[in-house]
Amino acid sequence: MSGGFSLGEILASALIVLGAGFALIGSWGLVRLPSLMERLHGPTKASTLGLGAMLIGSIVWFQLVKGEWTTHELLISLFLFVTAPITANMIAKVHLHRLRLGEQPGPAGPPASPGADSDWATYEALRAGTPGCFDED
Amino acid sequence: MIAWALGIGFTALGLALALNLFRLIKGPDVADRILALDTMVINAIGIIVLGGIASGSGTSFEAAMLLALVGFVGTVAYCKFLLRGDIIE
Repeated sequence: MSGGFSLGEILASALIVLGAGFALIGSWGLVRLPSLMERLHGPTKASTLGLGAMLIGSIVWFQLVKGEWTTHELLISLFLFVTAPITANMIAKVHLHRLRLGEQPGPAGPPASPGADSDWATYEALRAGTPGCFDED
Repeated sequence: MIAWALGIGFTALGLALALNLFRLIKGPDVADRILALDTMVINAIGIIVLGGIASGSGTSFEAAMLLALVGFVGTVAYCKFLLRGDIIE
């Protein structure tokens, strides 16, 4: 370990430290932010991005230092980037439904209504012409 | 140099897991606890990936892939149960 470091080692180390820092910032946001709608932002964006950086660092390490080409990391990061918005949407829907059932909204209060003559989509009945509505009329 | 980076990474991810555990215990609502569990799965995948780099073998990535799949299915199952009262209708 004396003397100069190789480019792959420097790049992989920088990506690992960056990714772990982003994951830590996301978890800190999960603790720090006041309401669930804001807490969703930390893990779904910062932690997923940090994990993507760590996986790219792993690809760089195995490719440039070990000389092996691995693609499992690409699969993991693709799967996580696809599923993170879905889980965030599901958790936000659970939160909205529990707010409607009369749960405590927290210090930030309930989320504002999205429009004057409409409500959150998860509260509204299905209307004709929208996906998921199978009523013939 | 990679050893230092792995040390920093393991420390940061362990701290992140402790923060998630705090939110899992304290979380005022069930949705907070589901979110904390989902984040714990993401951080555990990160620890497995860093462990794979540290051990130098590519076999731990199957474990990370399986954990990603099971974590997603588990989170969606919790949310579907709370939303609909049933998981598979």
